[in-house]
Amino acid sequence: MTITSSPYSWSARRTIIPPSPSIRHAPSLSSIPSTRTFSSSATLFHGHITPPKPGEGLKVTFIDKSNEPHTFEVSAGDNLLDIAQANDLDVEGACGGSAACSTCHVIVADRDMYDKIPEPDDDENDMLDLAFGLTETSRLGCQVKMTKELDGLVVKLPSMTRNLQSSDFSKK
Amino acid sequence: MAVIGAGPAGFYTAYRVQSKLPDAKIDMYEALPVPYGLVRFGVAPDHPEVKNCQDKFAEVALHPNFTYVGNCPIGDTPGSLPLPLLASHYDALVLSYGASKDRKLNVPGEDTLGGIYSARDFVGWYNGLPEHRDLNPDLQADEGAVVIGHGNVALDVARMLLCPVERLTRTDITEYALEALARSRVRRVRVVGRRGPMQAAFTIKELRELFTLPNVSFHPIPSSLLPPPESISAFPRAQKRILQMLHQHSSASSLPSSSTNPTTSKSWSLDFLLSPTAFFSLPTNSTCLSSIEFRCTTLSGPDPYSPTCPVSPTTETMTFPTSLAFKSIGYLSLPLPGASSLGIPFNPKLGLIPNEGGRVVIPVETGPPDFVETGTIRVPGVYVSGWVKRGPTGVIASTMYDAFETGDAVIEDWVGGGEGSGGKSVEFMEFGGAGTGEERRGWEAMEGIAKERGIRRVSWEEWRKIEEAEKQRGKRGGKEREKFARVEEMLGVLE
Repeated sequence: MTITSSPYSWSARRTIIPPSPSIRHAPSLSSIPSTRTFSSSATLFHGHITPPKPGEGLKVTFIDKSNEPHTFEVSAGDNLLDIAQANDLDVEGACGGSAACSTCHVIVADRDMYDKIPEPDDDENDMLDLAFGLTETSRLGCQVKMTKELDGLVVKLPSMTRNLQSSDFSKK
Repeated sequence: MAVIGAGPAGFYTAYRVQSKLPDAKIDMYEALPVPYGLVRFGVAPDHPEVKNCQDKFAEVALHPNFTYVGNCPIGDTPGSLPLPLLASHYDALVLSYGASKDRKLNVPGEDTLGGIYSARDFVGWYNGLPEHRDLNPDLQADEGAVVIGHGNVALDVARMLLCPVERLTRTDITEYALEALARSRVRRVRVVGRRGPMQAAFTIKELRELFTLPNVSFHPIPSSLLPPPESISAFPRAQKRILQMLHQHSSASSLPSSSTNPTTSKSWSLDFLLSPTAFFSLPTNSTCLSSIEFRCTTLSGPDPYSPTCPVSPTTETMTFPTSLAFKSIGYLSLPLPGASSLGIPFNPKLGLIPNEGGRVVIPVETGPPDFVETGTIRVPGVYVSGWVKRGPTGVIASTMYDAFETGDAVIEDWVGGGEGSGGKSVEFMEFGGAGTGEERRGWEAMEGIAKERGIRRVSWEEWRKIEEAEKQRGKRGGKEREKFARVEEMLGVLE
């Protein structure tokens, strides 16, 4: 591969950086305030959440990627993806909550709680097969609806990516 | 920031940058009038939920600092915008233009005989990609079709050939494809792969859909190719579930079902350990495919059940007679015209732009011949996401994470050393043209140049008009939409 020179090329005196296992040390991105706004237009909203009646709220806690817990009071029937997105947590639902992707993957913290959730059907299991960081207590958030039995549920949002290294593109 | 390509990679990268840098001005360039890339042209018509991600993309496009520039190809020819010129008006460039070509088998007859289609072209054809509007695949050429490849695209092709046409009538499949499929003679599909069942790239959802097609039976896989049933539970979860499914549909003792019913008129099979060596025609009709010859292979690694186990050729061959073949061995990216003059490298073997976490780099070797060291030179301000970054594999979700990684790299580079450092600590693009200190003006500066070059740019509102027209046309036929499959028709809506 030749490095071409042209009127547009940058300085050829640039230092060559040897490959290193970790790419640069970065300021934490969470220190940059997120300006993601909550939009409620009908087409973007594949499910809405219902504010709980007083005294009938169920508690659910999401532990985010920085290990911060976020607890909400919700109604029975609302699913975890809708709850998370309604509260501005960093969870994606690329397929809009239809068990056609794995981006809303959550990990149930407690085994007993996991067992209380109705078992996943084939569609959900097929998508979970592809989820990054799959565990024994993984579920798709869009398929888990809150019920009285699940009051106090705690789920962890898995970190999604691994750092690519320069050696990755020279493999194969 | 200029984003080249309006598919999921481009949109998810823009989404990520928007979420942390709301003042960032993002211009997205797309060669076609219509956006969404493979979400529109690759995802099968019977998978509408997968296309829901378009809602997110539309949200991104409506951001006040986002500008969609459709019907604007990047290149050196008249009617396209040269990349170096574009780069001089931006601080950052994100290349997310995907893979526009196919991998070739490079075997005799591949390019000369009729009846051989690339799966990519076939999928583009039924999904209304203008480039393949006139593919005109002859689905009456034979009752038996062969699909070469064991990925999800190969299974999509098999499913479209075998599924009852009634299932497709209300989807967004193009009308001309629906008519051709309704007249298809295809009854038997072989999906042929070079390696064994444990190395196949397809995933369980697509397999399940084929197994549950009504009145379509499956030819059992010889048990010698599958691990013994007792050993299945030891495999990792995804493989275990696929093996259970393959065993279930291959065992002679399975309950009577369409799986073993010999009276179904349609059937399919997975054929393993076969590598194509030549496409043949008959002496009486030398322009049409009549059979495919394969070299039999054998698993040659230490663990025949490992996903990476290689194969080596044997002396045996096998020939399948057919006049209809689909090659589904992978997509391939090409270098973007003008990119090399900006110092942007391309790896033709892997079909991607070398990068580290989305930051484009040039791999270099230095030092004396007996002590060569490899390193990289960063190309400032240039980033990649999607298939042109990591190769043409993976579902939309993988592209999303990949695009987020690139977006995070752009943000990190722009924000620099953290609070108080006053701005970027790394360099961005400083290609010639604009004077020093002049703020980049992006599309504002490009608009006049584009017009001069004869480009009729399509805005986001105009795309919405095209989409509305497609939905209206669809309503008349009871379909989700009737896509325009020619650029002239898309632009015709706007006149």
